[in-house]
Amino acid sequence: MDNLNNLMQGFADVLAPMNLLLALIGVVIGTAVGVLPGIGPAMTVALLLPVTYGMEPVQAFIMFAGIFYGGMYGGSTTSILLNTPGESSSVVTAIEGNKMAKAGRAAQALATAAIGSFVAGTIGTLLLVLVTPVVVDFAVSLGAPDYFALMLLSFIAVTSVLGSSRIRGLISLLLGLTIGLVGIDAVSGQQRLTLGIPQLADGIDVVVVAVGIFAVGEALWVAAHLRRRPAEVIPVGRPWMGQKDWKRSWKPWLRGTAFGFPFGALPAGGAEIPTFLSYATEKRLTKHPEEFGKGAIEGVAGPEAANNASAAGTLVPMLAIGLPTNATAAVMLAAFQSYGIQPGPLLFEREASLVWVLIASLFIGNLLLLLLNLPLAPAWAKLLQIPRPYLYAGILFFASMGAYAVNAQPLDLFLLLVLGILGFAMRRFGLPVLPLIVGVILGPRAELQGRRSLQLSGGELSGLVGGPVSYAVYTTIALVLVWPLVRKFAVRPLRERSA
Amino acid sequence: MSTHVDERSAERTRPPRGGDRAQYGVCAFLALLGTAVIVDGLGIPHITSSTDPVGPRAVPVILGVLLLVVAALYAVDVARGGRGEPEAGEDVDLSTGSDWRTVLLLVGAFVVNAVLIEQLGWVISGTLLFWGTAFALGNRHYVRSLLIAVALSLTTFYAFAIGLGVNLPAGVLQGIL
Repeated sequence: MDNLNNLMQGFADVLAPMNLLLALIGVVIGTAVGVLPGIGPAMTVALLLPVTYGMEPVQAFIMFAGIFYGGMYGGSTTSILLNTPGESSSVVTAIEGNKMAKAGRAAQALATAAIGSFVAGTIGTLLLVLVTPVVVDFAVSLGAPDYFALMLLSFIAVTSVLGSSRIRGLISLLLGLTIGLVGIDAVSGQQRLTLGIPQLADGIDVVVVAVGIFAVGEALWVAAHLRRRPAEVIPVGRPWMGQKDWKRSWKPWLRGTAFGFPFGALPAGGAEIPTFLSYATEKRLTKHPEEFGKGAIEGVAGPEAANNASAAGTLVPMLAIGLPTNATAAVMLAAFQSYGIQPGPLLFEREASLVWVLIASLFIGNLLLLLLNLPLAPAWAKLLQIPRPYLYAGILFFASMGAYAVNAQPLDLFLLLVLGILGFAMRRFGLPVLPLIVGVILGPRAELQGRRSLQLSGGELSGLVGGPVSYAVYTTIALVLVWPLVRKFAVRPLRERSA
Repeated sequence: MSTHVDERSAERTRPPRGGDRAQYGVCAFLALLGTAVIVDGLGIPHITSSTDPVGPRAVPVILGVLLLVVAALYAVDVARGGRGEPEAGEDVDLSTGSDWRTVLLLVGAFVVNAVLIEQLGWVISGTLLFWGTAFALGNRHYVRSLLIAVALSLTTFYAFAIGLGVNLPAGVLQGIL
């Protein structure tokens, strides 16, 4: 009941006219930026972070909640109308969504995505309210060794579960850990990898890393391969759905939500697996199998709901334990840190009002998104036709502005460029970006927890293994690492034999 | 964030190539970085105490060694024909080679902004940045893009620096804006 009261207080704060306006602005610019081709949700949040620098944390987070869901929805609009998803999580939406759009059913595809996102986002946020306090109660009892183990699990998960090549994921993670190492060591006060540059003593700001890798890297990469003929945008009217579409959509929405939330909430989750699972399920359960591959509405409704529910789910480990499981959550975590707030079990004690305002704004933002997107979809579609030179010039412009605004030092602009070139190279060589961001954010904290564990044991390595949680986590890590070998040597030969 | 779907479609449109030799450059970079991290780590005074038995050196050294190991593993992977798929995207056309001229021009415009931002202020350097990058990307409406650039810089300056208190320098226009 206590949480319910807190949540009500959160709603009361958000519903103040000024805050409501901020939520609205957040949703609008979040969607507008998220719709832009080449900009996924994580990049949207990173690019828009500086907008909130001058604000109080409460106001900033109200706006952030809007940007978060707005960016997510903007991404699906792009994938439906252009067939080229900004993030791997909306790949599945693009499969059927773009086919529907090509068949003249863009309005229905956008409608089922918008309403599905709303349904999944609302249920997901509700589950977030219910589950997070439980996770917090559990997380309060965790000690340094448990945290260290959980962070190791995060590292292993982003490098080997998500993404296609483990070695490439590992490279990305190590690059991120190296970037995270730069600066003064928090425990001993010694400078590491600062190259004698005083401005580097505070480390490289996560925002600069995120904007450099996502925005500048993307702009440089696109510049090197710019399609001279712009991609074809499908014209769209106001989204709407007929009775039949509703009938075919509501079950996929709920099933998608059921897939999305748990996967998002797991430390090794993400949105790729649940969206694919949802797609496969809908394909199997549909009464219109002939439409799959040609634009089946179930194939948009399910994965889109799964995507949004998983986004809500990722906020559980992010808020309760301080573990980001996808790029967007990682950037959100950076946003918390830029206000000097450390997500984790203590967050709900120390910053209770802030957290509940954030959660209340998620509900409000989600509703505003639905109200806005149905009438505004044609306007968003126009954004897709911005001439590419202006679009990427604009991205670089805002990226520079944001990176400079972090510390007001030109050095950050050079760092941004170096990181942008790194982002370019990673795109060129097919190295995934997420492990790098997670490495930058969690690396220093993992080191701190690891050293704290060893402090308790007086330097004995046995200190790294504490209570039952760390045993469970290390077992999971072992399973994750061994699984591909098992599959290679046991499952595949078995299957081949039976085939 | 390239994906399964993208990868397959990218593979179909791309002309088949032999092993991607440029990946050895990445191995070399990783090996160099690993060495640099180890050298830097060993240069840190080894300070330990009862509250910190590990000290600041251990993690850089471990990380450096891991970088060297991964560089070697990656080299093996490349030698066995492994290669990462370049990322596809809405505006990306992977069927042609890289357009280095555009990239260099972009980097140039970027550096101009970084060098001039303190002296000239965000409004002027930002205008140069937007106009320069738009030019680099193939925009040939010089006047129109200049107008957009000036409008964007002025709007962002007033909205963020003056309205929201974000740090942006006024530079030579201090007192005028």
